[in-house]
Amino acid sequence: MEVGKHSDEENLTAQVVRGKVLWEANNCMGCHTIMGEGAYYAPELTKVVERRGEGYMKAVLMSKTPWSPRGRKMVAYGFSEEQANDLVAFFTWIGNTDLNGFPPKPDYKSTINTK
Amino acid sequence: MRYKSQKLAYWFFALSMLLLTLQIVYGFIMAFAHLGYDVLHPVIAFNTARAVHTNLLVVWLLSGFMGAAYYIIPEEAEHEMVNVKLGFVQLISLAVVGVIAIIGYHFNYWEGRKFLEIPRPLDYLVVINVLTFLGLIIATLYKGKKRTTTSLVLTMGLVFAALLYLPGMIWFDNQTMDSFFRWWVVHLWVEGVWELIMGGILAFLLIKITGVDREVIEKWLYVIVGLTFISGVLGTGHHYYYIGTPKYWLIIGGIFSAMEPLAFLGMALFAIAMYRKGEKKHPNKIALSWTLGTAIVSFVGAGLLGLAHTFPQVNMYTHGTLVTAMHGHLAFWGAYAMIVLAIISYSMPNMTGRKLFDSTTGVLAFWLSNIGMLGMTVAFGVAGVAQVYLERKMGLDFGDVQKEIQVHFLILIVCATMFTTGIGLFIYEFIRYGLPTDEALESVN
Repeated sequence: MEVGKHSDEENLTAQVVRGKVLWEANNCMGCHTIMGEGAYYAPELTKVVERRGEGYMKAVLMSKTPWSPRGRKMVAYGFSEEQANDLVAFFTWIGNTDLNGFPPKPDYKSTINTK
Repeated sequence: MRYKSQKLAYWFFALSMLLLTLQIVYGFIMAFAHLGYDVLHPVIAFNTARAVHTNLLVVWLLSGFMGAAYYIIPEEAEHEMVNVKLGFVQLISLAVVGVIAIIGYHFNYWEGRKFLEIPRPLDYLVVINVLTFLGLIIATLYKGKKRTTTSLVLTMGLVFAALLYLPGMIWFDNQTMDSFFRWWVVHLWVEGVWELIMGGILAFLLIKITGVDREVIEKWLYVIVGLTFISGVLGTGHHYYYIGTPKYWLIIGGIFSAMEPLAFLGMALFAIAMYRKGEKKHPNKIALSWTLGTAIVSFVGAGLLGLAHTFPQVNMYTHGTLVTAMHGHLAFWGAYAMIVLAIISYSMPNMTGRKLFDSTTGVLAFWLSNIGMLGMTVAFGVAGVAQVYLERKMGLDFGDVQKEIQVHFLILIVCATMFTTGIGLFIYEFIRYGLPTDEALESVN
């Protein structure tokens, strides 16, 4: 199906699906967005693997205390290593989906020193 | 002619008022969290508050629509509701399912799909509940003397709303497919069949309040139904720009969703034209305010503010930002919350026999809630546009941007307090009306 081609249906492994089940069971969309859909309290996660890398993501997912960058708290899910890997697989799969150019590349990033 | 079974509507409206109150409480929890005071985090985390806030909205509006149908259908069909007891059973089961779902959200019991968080087992109960409701409405229409266009449009909207709940219950492994069919429920409800429900209730109110001939009003209704379907169905495409779907949706969604304001413009012009044409000046001024208000604010909130970010070139930047929250608040308020408050304002004096329709409290309730909601919309809009430029254009980190725009949530809370005062006064009036009586319904012409 046409929709499937764009969304990388071939690489939709059992691990990715397990990640999606975890994503839904914990209502991650209640704070974050994915493919631009969800709530606006926490970062967009479509390109999170590219942006943060696997190590950072697993540290957040497995943390036993609320992860709170700049004071904004995330629920401490304390996922197991296996669950964290499933979620990373899910985000990797999402990151490879052809989203017609979303999220847009910032126009002025190179000219701004954020450090 | 009025019917004793119309009393049933009162209890649905009362449930609506209760759930609306709770919805506002959870809204404040989220606003304070955005401001940096997430003190309830261990008990009510943001995702819980968010699911409760949006689901309560859906349930109180549905309860309001059901109440409206139980009030309107007997009067339009000229027949008592076929089984009032079953109607009460339906009311109580709706409340019970809603309460279980809301409690569940506090214990990680949900299906984390935006707006459709109700867990699967409860979905089946919702289906049974809605079928019972539709059975009662359709049986009453069938036995009634008349089947007016107004009652048929209202019923058609309710039947389609029930059918469209089903695609949301299919499981997909693929997130894109999941999202694709989730919008069949969410979009086709609020930008499709709910507009029919709104149109039906609006037509009923205009017939009663302005005294313009039914034939004239119902002709407009056909136009609105037509515009809704032409634009709304393929307008779903504006949710298919950036979720892993083919590029042709950029064109289909862009064109058809740009036409969506026409249905709302139709309703606004319709309401104003009928008000001007009407010779009969109905004494219920407050119901008139809400009726004209819903037609105008829905055009601004759902029509214009939707149009503002519906083109793919704009939506590329605003998709998934607070700009969506800006549009969402005024759209739901104008189109669906206000139409429910309009039918409540119109029906309460008839059901209870108390004529409180020119009280200062009622007028204040209308203005405070509307100005408050407009202020909230502006606060969300400013925060959203700033977020778009800083995050999407400049490439600053999400968290840094949130710190920058935090101050707008202070304004949001100030406006929300004004809004809440208005709603509080509305509910105070609702309580002051007291309970519905048979005598009241029999005595009205």
